[in-house]
Amino acid sequence: MKDLKFKSIFDIIGPVMVGPSSSHTAGAAKIGKIARKLFGEEPSDVRVHLYGSFAKTYRGHGTDLAILGGVLGMTPDNVDLAHSLQVAKRKKIKVVFIPSSDEVPYPNTTKIELIKDDHHLSVTGESIGGGNIHISKIDDFKVNLTPGTNTYVIIQHDIPGMVASVSRMFSQNNINIATMTVSRSGEGDKALMIIEVDDVHKGMASQLRSFPGVISVNYFD
Amino acid sequence: MFYSIKDLVQQASQEKSLPELMLKVEEENTERSREDILKILDHDLAVMKHSVAEGVKGVKSVTGLSGFDAKKMDQYLAGKHGISGSPVLKAVRNAIAVNEVNAKMGIICATPTAGSAGVLAGTLVAVSEELSLSHQDQLDYLLTAGAFGLVIANNAGIAGAEGGCQEEVGTASAMAAASIVLAAGGTIEQASAAVAIDLQNIMGLICDPVAGLVEVPCVKRNAMGASQAMVSADMALSGMTSIIPTDEVIEAMRKVGLRMPLAFRETAEGGLAATPTGRKLQQQIFK
Repeated sequence: MKDLKFKSIFDIIGPVMVGPSSSHTAGAAKIGKIARKLFGEEPSDVRVHLYGSFAKTYRGHGTDLAILGGVLGMTPDNVDLAHSLQVAKRKKIKVVFIPSSDEVPYPNTTKIELIKDDHHLSVTGESIGGGNIHISKIDDFKVNLTPGTNTYVIIQHDIPGMVASVSRMFSQNNINIATMTVSRSGEGDKALMIIEVDDVHKGMASQLRSFPGVISVNYFD
Repeated sequence: MFYSIKDLVQQASQEKSLPELMLKVEEENTERSREDILKILDHDLAVMKHSVAEGVKGVKSVTGLSGFDAKKMDQYLAGKHGISGSPVLKAVRNAIAVNEVNAKMGIICATPTAGSAGVLAGTLVAVSEELSLSHQDQLDYLLTAGAFGLVIANNAGIAGAEGGCQEEVGTASAMAAASIVLAAGGTIEQASAAVAIDLQNIMGLICDPVAGLVEVPCVKRNAMGASQAMVSADMALSGMTSIIPTDEVIEAMRKVGLRMPLAFRETAEGGLAATPTGRKLQQQIFK
């Protein structure tokens, strides 16, 4: 088959979603949901920075509500997206939206900061049209993540032997690594490993967490 | 897979059924089972009908810029047929309903986009009523629309930001026109003609949302897309054909989209968005 942009009828009929915009609402909710998955627990504080077109039109498109809804675990077709502020309030989650005029490479960009006690994570995502998104930054690490693959995100101390030990752990669990990306914030500082795998092993994340030198392990698909 | 309308007509004629061809292609392309495909379509169909019903009752958008027009049309049609006639105006009412639900952050099925979601759902409900379509007929309606939509999407596009409203409401309208033709017992060739007639009538339409929101003129543009679909289908069913072949019409639309200035591609910097009132509304909403 030729390389086609659209292959499935459901690229044309669907998705079922909360309006009004696939990029400004559905895509925004997806970024929020991934941020929450990466954070791994319910935050007590949520700070949502909005850039470009998101900053200019977020109120009319419900981009703010959609991102927050995603952070609360809602999918783009959840009608409660429109009431996410009330849900957050009921759960006593503090929420701020910060529109910014800073220049960003892509018009529909948000940086989501999630906080619970001393656990802090920031995730930057871009909504690239038709409800499709990608994650461009986790904390200070530049990444290029898209949903749809089984992905482990590991933050660890930048010490020798980590890559070998972690990949050995995957092979011991008979998990095939599809791609692996390693980057670091500075020499001897913190490092980030992004590991895309074919299969998921349930206990993998907790095994990795118990590993010396590992700071955090998160998983999304 | 079909790469052009010519391919689609040929393969569907061989298969003796366009919806059947779409199902087979979907199974091949996505490795989904037929059962799963129909299950998702079933859900899509239910969402479409629900969004029509919800909007006709009367809803208001988050900004207050749109709402309650579907209800107005519903009241206008009570026991009357208007000037354009009952099926067309019901499709118009339904299309407005869906996009009003979309604008109030209600739940819709994007076909092909959220901003053009009213056309297919709106005509589907109106035509189902007019022709007493069965549930299977309605699923076929979606399969037909999806097949023509895929060809248009792959050969032109479906984003207002890329090629203007012609590619969003225009594509939606052409998809609906094809589905109406087959639902009414027309041939696959007539469905293809309806697509060509529809697209050539909407060609050049710009995307100029006031304040960048999917409300003005999007809600009423969906009404236009729905009525154009009904009329194009009737033209094709009467035996009229398109002088320019459907694939050439789609290619022409793509080229028009490419040459469309940025101001007319969802940037809210041209057309209705750039009128004094459009600008004023933008300032009021985002103050």
